[in-house]
Amino acid sequence: MSSSILIIVFGPLLAAIVAGLGNRMIGNVPAKLVTTGALFASCILSWPIFLAFVAGDAVASVTPVLDWVRSGTMEFAWALRVDALTAVMLVVITTVSALVHLYSWGYMDEDPDQPRFFAYLSLFTFAMLMLVTADNLVQMFFGWEGVGLASYLLIGFWFRKPSANAAAIKAFVVNRVGDLGFMLGIFGIYLVFGTVSIPEILSSAPSLAGSTIGFLGMRVDTATVLCLLLFIGAMGKSAQLGLHTWLPDAMEGPTPVSALIHAATMVTAGVFMVCRMSPLFEMSPVAMGVVTFIGAATCLFAATVGTTQWDIKRVIAYSTCSQLGYMFFAAGVGAYNAAMFHLFTHAFFKALLFLGAGSVIHAMHHEQDMHFYGGLRKKIPITFWAMMAGTLAITGVGVVQLHIGFAGFHSKDAILEAAYAQGGEMGRAAFWIGTFSALLTSFYSWRLMFLTFWGKPRWGESEHIQHAVHDAHGHDAHDHHAPTSDGTAGYHPHESPWVMLIPLIVLSIGAVAAGYLFGPAFLQSASFWNGAVAYNEHLMHAMHEVPTLVKYAASIVMALGLLGAIYAYVLNKDVPAKVADQLGPIYRFVYRKWMFDELYHYLFVVPAFWLGRVFWNKVDIGVIDRFGPDGAAWVVVQGAAVAKKVQSGYLYSYALVMLLGLVAAISWVIFA
Amino acid sequence: MIGIEHFLIVSSCLFVLGVLGIFLNRKNVLIILMSIELILLAVNLNLVAFSAFLGDLTGQIFAMFVLTVAAAEAAIGLAILVIYFRRRGTIAVDDVNRMKG
Repeated sequence: MSSSILIIVFGPLLAAIVAGLGNRMIGNVPAKLVTTGALFASCILSWPIFLAFVAGDAVASVTPVLDWVRSGTMEFAWALRVDALTAVMLVVITTVSALVHLYSWGYMDEDPDQPRFFAYLSLFTFAMLMLVTADNLVQMFFGWEGVGLASYLLIGFWFRKPSANAAAIKAFVVNRVGDLGFMLGIFGIYLVFGTVSIPEILSSAPSLAGSTIGFLGMRVDTATVLCLLLFIGAMGKSAQLGLHTWLPDAMEGPTPVSALIHAATMVTAGVFMVCRMSPLFEMSPVAMGVVTFIGAATCLFAATVGTTQWDIKRVIAYSTCSQLGYMFFAAGVGAYNAAMFHLFTHAFFKALLFLGAGSVIHAMHHEQDMHFYGGLRKKIPITFWAMMAGTLAITGVGVVQLHIGFAGFHSKDAILEAAYAQGGEMGRAAFWIGTFSALLTSFYSWRLMFLTFWGKPRWGESEHIQHAVHDAHGHDAHDHHAPTSDGTAGYHPHESPWVMLIPLIVLSIGAVAAGYLFGPAFLQSASFWNGAVAYNEHLMHAMHEVPTLVKYAASIVMALGLLGAIYAYVLNKDVPAKVADQLGPIYRFVYRKWMFDELYHYLFVVPAFWLGRVFWNKVDIGVIDRFGPDGAAWVVVQGAAVAKKVQSGYLYSYALVMLLGLVAAISWVIFA
Repeated sequence: MIGIEHFLIVSSCLFVLGVLGIFLNRKNVLIILMSIELILLAVNLNLVAFSAFLGDLTGQIFAMFVLTVAAAEAAIGLAILVIYFRRRGTIAVDDVNRMKG
C-alpha cells in the first residue's frame, strides 16, 4: 500500500510538471495524455484502498516521505497518512479529477492553452491529495494553500476576461481571511500542545477539558478558541456564510474547474478538516454550536438565493454552498460520519450536475442564462438523463420504508435525523432549517431542470446563439433561413462528444448508487472509521429512534418542492413573475444574494480604496516622493542653476577667478 | 641713484597693467595676448633687476628662457587667433563665450 499511495499522490505532480513546463516541447495531445493518464492511474489505485477500508480489512498507515523541519522542539516531516477518512477523500478526489480531466478533452477542445489547463488541474489534484493525506497540520496547510493557488489559477484561466481575473482575485483574498484563522489555529495548537502532529494533538485533546487561554485580553476556553480559529479557516475554504462571496463568482472559471474544485473537492476541504480534527471539536460544545449555527445558516441562505438565480452555473454554485452547510451542521451536531457521507455522495451528484451544466452550455454555445434555454430534453437526451440522475440525487428521492434511494436520499436523511436525534436546541433548529432548505433544494433543482429541459425553446433571443447562427450563415450564404417562429432562430443544439458524455454516465452511476452501496459503511460501522473521526455510537443509535415524521420529513418536502416547481415552471408559467412582484423588496433582497456583495463593498472595499488613496496621495506623493526622490532632484536642479551662472564662458572672468584664487593661496601660505 | 626699488615699482606697474589689460579689456583677444606679454616682461624685469642686484647671472639666464618661451607662446597664440578668426569671423572678446554653461 505504501508504494501505491506514493504513486497516487505524486503521479499528478509529475504529470503537472511535465505538461506545465514541457508543453511547448511535447504538444497538446501528449500533455493531455500524461495528465489524464496519471489521474486515471491514481484513481484505479485509490479504489482498492477505499474498498479495503469498507470491507474492514485495512489498517491506518503512515508512509514517510521526507524530513521537513527539525528545529528545537518543532519537528515534522512530509508523510502520507492513510486511514478511513483519507481513503474516502482519495476516491472522491481521484475519481472526480480523472473524469474531469477526460471531460475537459471535449469541453476545452477549442482552447489554445490546453496543456496549461491540464497542468493546473493535475497540480490542483496533487495539492488536494497532500491536504487529505497530511499527517501534521503544516503539511495540511501546504495542501490548503496549494489548492487555493490552483483555484486562483483556474478561476482566472481565461485571463483575458476582466471578470475572470476579478473573480480569481476575490477568491484569493476572501480565502486569505479564512487562512489567517487557520494559521492562528495552528500557532495556537503548537503553543498549547507543543506539536503539530495530528495524531498527537488528537490523542492529547481530552486533556484540554477546563483549561483556559488568554486571547485578545480575555481568558477563554482553550479548545473553543482553537476550534473556532480552525473553523474560520474551514469557513473560508468551504464558502460558509460570511466568507462565501467568492464561490458564486468563481463560476467565471471553465465549467470542469467548477465541477472539480468548486463542487466536489476543494470546497469540501473545510468539512474534511473539521472531521479530521473532530476529537478536538468534541472538547468544545461552544465551537460545535457555532459550527452547527453557521452550517445551518449557510444552508438556508444559499438555498434561498439559489431559487432566484438565472445563470445555470450560479444556481448550482449556491446549491453547493447550501450542501456544504448541511455537511457543517452534521459535523456540528457530532455526526462527522454523516458529514463525510454527504461529502462523498455530494461529490458525485454535484460534479455530475456541473458537468451536465457544462454539457448544456457546450450545446448552447456558451449561453449560461436559463432565460434562453427550454425544450432541450429531446435535443440532448444523454445530458438530460444524466442531469436527471443528478437532480434526483440532490433532492434526495428514495423510498423510506425500503431504505433505497438515490445518493442524496441516504446522506441527507442521515444528516437531518442526526440533527434531530442530537436533541439540543441547536440540533432541533438545524433540523428544521435543514428540512426547509431541503424544500428549497428540491424547488430550485427542479426549477433548473424545468427551465432547461421542458417547455418551448427560448434561445432565439440569446446573443450567443445568434452569433452561432450568424457564423453558420456566413459559411453558407445561399441558405436563407426563414425567420422561425418556434424560438430557435434556426439553431439546433447538438449533443456533446463522447469524451464528455462518458464522465456524465460514470458519475450518474455514482449519483444513483453511491448512497445505497456505501451508506452502511459510513453510517453504521464504527470499525470502518476506526478512530479516524470521532464516532458517536450513541448518536448513531438515536438516529434510528427518531419519530416517523422526521424520517419522512425530507421526502415530504422534496415532493412539495417538486410540486411547487411543476406548478410554477410547467403548468402556470406566469406565477414566478407574479410572486416576485408580490414579494417585491424581499425578492430583490434574495435575488441580490442577501446584499452580501453590496455590504462588503461598503464595509471593506470602499474603506480599503479610501485608505489606499490616502496613502497614495498623502503619504506616497506628499511625503515620500516630496522629500525623497523629488526633493533630491529639486536640490540638484537649483544648485545647478546657481553653478551655471558662474560659468559665463568669458575668458576674463575665468582669469579673474584664477587670480583671486592665486592671491588667496599665496596669502594662505604667507600669512597662515 | 636708481635702486632696486625703482625697478620693482616699474615692474609691478607693468604687471598690474597686464593683469588689468586682461580683465578690463572688452575689445579683442589680441590685446589679451599683448597683456600676457606685458606680464611676462614685468616678471623678466624683476628677474634681471634681482640678478644685477645680487650679482648672480642665474636670473638673467632665466629671463632669456622666459623670452624664448614667450616668443613661442606668442607664435602659437597668434596662430590660434588666426584660425579662430577664420572660423568665427571675429576676435571680439565678448563673442568668445562658447564655453558658457
